[in-house]
Amino acid sequence: MNLISSKMRGPWTLFRKELLRFWRVSFQTVAAPVMTALLYLLVFSHVLEGRVQVHGVNYTSFLIPGLIMMSVLQNAFANSSSSLIQSKVMGNLVFVLLTPISYLEFFLAFLAAAIARGLVVGLGIYLVVIVFIDLPIIHPLLVLAFTILGSALLGAFGIIAGMWADKFDQMAAFQNFIIMPLSFLSGVFYSIHSLPPFWQEVSHLNPFFYIIDGFRYGFFGVSDMSPVVSLSIVALSFFAISWLALHMLKSGYKLRG
Amino acid sequence: MIPAIDIEQVQKHYGKLQALKGINLTIEQGEFFGLLGPNGAGKSTLINLLAGLIRPTTGKLSVMGFDVQTQYRQARHALGVVPQELVFDPFFNVREMLRFQAGYFGLGPENDAWVDEIIECLGLTDKAHTNMRKLSGGMKRRALIAQALVHKPPVIVLDEPTAGVDVELRQMMWEFIKRLNREGHTIILTTHYLEEAETLCSRVAMMKQGQIVALDSTANLLKKIPGKNLRLKLAAALPEALRPLIRHEEGNEYMLALTEVAQVERVLSQIREANIVVEDMQLIEADLEDVFVDLVGQP
Repeated sequence: MNLISSKMRGPWTLFRKELLRFWRVSFQTVAAPVMTALLYLLVFSHVLEGRVQVHGVNYTSFLIPGLIMMSVLQNAFANSSSSLIQSKVMGNLVFVLLTPISYLEFFLAFLAAAIARGLVVGLGIYLVVIVFIDLPIIHPLLVLAFTILGSALLGAFGIIAGMWADKFDQMAAFQNFIIMPLSFLSGVFYSIHSLPPFWQEVSHLNPFFYIIDGFRYGFFGVSDMSPVVSLSIVALSFFAISWLALHMLKSGYKLRG
Repeated sequence: MIPAIDIEQVQKHYGKLQALKGINLTIEQGEFFGLLGPNGAGKSTLINLLAGLIRPTTGKLSVMGFDVQTQYRQARHALGVVPQELVFDPFFNVREMLRFQAGYFGLGPENDAWVDEIIECLGLTDKAHTNMRKLSGGMKRRALIAQALVHKPPVIVLDEPTAGVDVELRQMMWEFIKRLNREGHTIILTTHYLEEAETLCSRVAMMKQGQIVALDSTANLLKKIPGKNLRLKLAAALPEALRPLIRHEEGNEYMLALTEVAQVERVLSQIREANIVVEDMQLIEADLEDVFVDLVGQP
């Protein structure tokens, strides 16, 4: 029995292909980020545990949601951006461009695959961590909402980067000079209240800060900002980036001459 | 009957470069059509426009009556394109790629029998579960053809499909493509092998610098080169009086263009008078390459 209608089968197939693409290399796309997050946790918690408390939470527990979300964001971005740049450089993007799949369907398929990878990596880190550390979740729906919205925002950002970059070097620049600084300076390792006032203000301009702060609220029920404000800002950022990505896809930017 | 392809006043500019300068072309359903021209003539640009991979600066293109811009879903359903480059997705095997490609066109498991048939017809059965990156060049070419056919398009475009393909595979491919044409599919072929176009295509367009310089049935184009070619291998250089007849020359081997068979005797008598020995001689019908050289200026 066909559960998917023929009209939906195009984008559904593209989504499945994108899922399978990262799952085929899951050591690189899932196991490696889980390992990296655990190493960060091991090193930072060893150095700072017992010396620092944030919002009344011990440092190791405070650090875990930030590390999970940083990995979620980076992997959601990597999924859509690397798939697009690889397909462009290899030339096999033509197989999708020749089909009746619309720009909106293309966007949704890539976005859904990026969210899926974000969720798999996030869940992977969480499951390994709770073996060693007790980490209850106070607001699971908020945790899920920030994970999905954060992955979606970075998945859409990855589509823009994948369209813009013509070579792997440009993509690496995008990742190292935009994504990495935004994620490291978003309060993963600290509360922004520990920063000087100027840098606190600068942090408020970083959408990654709201994703991590809201996500952390889901675990502990405490945060620098109100979770409603954070969720609204993340949702607005997602809509703005998605609008830009859709506009670029519709115009065929660097995809259809 | 709705034409398979209809191209009206299509221009494509890249900045100051005019890649296509107002192309008009209609290809009827069921035709085996050849698109010939040297590199840079605009053949691939025209195909990319039909496939929706690029957009025209001006003009309209339709596939089976569907505008490639405004009715792109129907137009792309009606078109199968075999790209010129050997592109592939390194993550998947042949059968997976074909099933994904069918899925993009809205086809599910009900299409698997056709996928299996294409795999068999193109000699890919042994390689169906082999990763694309492990295939030889010839096998990758077969997989590309299979990908273009998964959704049973009524119009099939083959962009230089036999470039770098061995003779056995080339013949097998043509048998399969001819079968599709007999079953009613419209075939559009670009090739550098003019003998292929001459053998297969019922009608041919020749392009040069973004324009169609000849468009006619293959038979009519051949009639445009009257007479025959005389190939001569001489012991010495051709007499000066006969040089205006030269089509090609290489050392003391000449290809002369004759307007009538009776000219052979006159040529031979002039060679005898010059005391030149004829080492070899052959009278050949003019072919599409001669038309191509005449119109486009290069073989």
